[in-house]
Amino acid sequence: MEHITLLLAIVVVTALVFDFTNGFHDTANAMATTISTGALKPKTAVAMSAVLNLIGAFLSVEVAKTISGGIVNEDGLRTEVIFAALVGAILWNLLTWLVGLPSSSSHALFGGLIGAAVMSAGWSSINGGTVVTKVLLPAIAAPLVAGLAAMLATRLTYRINRNVTDPNQLKSTAKGYRAGQIASAGLVSLAHGTNDAQKTMGIITLALVTGGVLAPGSNPPMWVIVSAGLAIALGTYLGGWRIIRTMGSGLTDLKPPQGFAAQTSAATVILASSHLGFSLSTTQSCSGAVMGAGLGRKGGVVRWSTATRMFVAWGLTLPAAGLVGAGAEFLTKQGPWGIAVTATLLVGGSFAIWLASRRQPVDHTNVNETAGGDEPQGVVTTAIAAVQPPPIGTHPTDLMTTIPAPAAAPDDTARPSATV
Amino acid sequence: MKIDWAALASVFGVSLVVTVALVGLFTVGIVSLSKLSATAGGSASGGSAALARTGAYACFAACVAAVAYGIYLIVA
Repeated sequence: MEHITLLLAIVVVTALVFDFTNGFHDTANAMATTISTGALKPKTAVAMSAVLNLIGAFLSVEVAKTISGGIVNEDGLRTEVIFAALVGAILWNLLTWLVGLPSSSSHALFGGLIGAAVMSAGWSSINGGTVVTKVLLPAIAAPLVAGLAAMLATRLTYRINRNVTDPNQLKSTAKGYRAGQIASAGLVSLAHGTNDAQKTMGIITLALVTGGVLAPGSNPPMWVIVSAGLAIALGTYLGGWRIIRTMGSGLTDLKPPQGFAAQTSAATVILASSHLGFSLSTTQSCSGAVMGAGLGRKGGVVRWSTATRMFVAWGLTLPAAGLVGAGAEFLTKQGPWGIAVTATLLVGGSFAIWLASRRQPVDHTNVNETAGGDEPQGVVTTAIAAVQPPPIGTHPTDLMTTIPAPAAAPDDTARPSATV
Repeated sequence: MKIDWAALASVFGVSLVVTVALVGLFTVGIVSLSKLSATAGGSASGGSAALARTGAYACFAACVAAVAYGIYLIVA
């Protein structure tokens, strides 16, 4: 590697930080149900997920050719734009982690990229149609598909085992559910490592190509593969306990059969969607599956207030990360000092969010305590609560009504930029 | 803007069928195995126990095959 400029080095490091927050944010997808049903101890679960993410990163050689899959015109994308996009995505990831809401890391990255590209080259660099087909429609489809599958599977599994009452028999089936859950959680982790670590490798490779270090179309160097795999595994191991808590016990109370049905549904949806050409977000599929499993058990309830906040966060992901990305790009356009300022703001903002999280730490010791009302009441929580409609009935049509909430965007997205 | 409804519908269908089938198979497997452990202390007739065991293992084999195919999809 000859001639890596300082800017390029900053972008590579930022990409790895994004990769880290990605792993950190998405541990919940694979392991939240496993942890809340007690199938695995919290530490064991995240360690297993981390190892599988690392393996996943090395499994496939198919590196993402584009960052956004056609949303943004990436020809002649400047390195600064990639940097600005990453800043937006990282800050949104950290903020949603602080309030404990699962949201898609890829959508955060898309949002950051859209904001930065618009600021850099104008609206013409965005394919509006692709935004709808790759972000908005999947955001509605993913929870519906995974939720319905998980709900039916939960009904079925309870129907089959309804005659099991003998204590020995119960013990034996419990062991079975535990094993099944671990297997499907493992699949989700593996798929996550492959998909998302590849994405970071794609970003770094793209940055190296635009920076003139690599020839266009070349494969990522070994150090890129290794560092991206390690970053995502480390993030996974540290575990976004706040998000695990929301997903594992905040949305609904999961029993082992439900956890098994939810995790199997999530694994199936993720694999089916990425191989049938309609990719769905891992996070949104998993959250949907958990809610579906909650609805599938007799007497099971879904806490719609938590679910609604989650949907609002999904709706805000794109505009919020986009605004931060645009702001960051505006700064980096000013020249080297702007890049320095942006980097400082990123570090400062991340540190501030981390400090805020220390006020009410959530870790492996208290991850299974009910999240119900004792979530940290940060500014964002209050802001989101302010735009949230009053508690509503339990019909799933609410899924659709709450997603398009861009009206709330200006209100709330002022926050991340204010924090930095 | 072109929405690939066919791909979406196939994701929907495949996910639904595969999830329900897998969860169903696996549950049948663990329930029939559990009958073994319940009757082990009592007077289990050898024939039905063997049948239950074989059935359970067949269910698990199908699940393992599905997981293996999943891993194959991830790697490929």
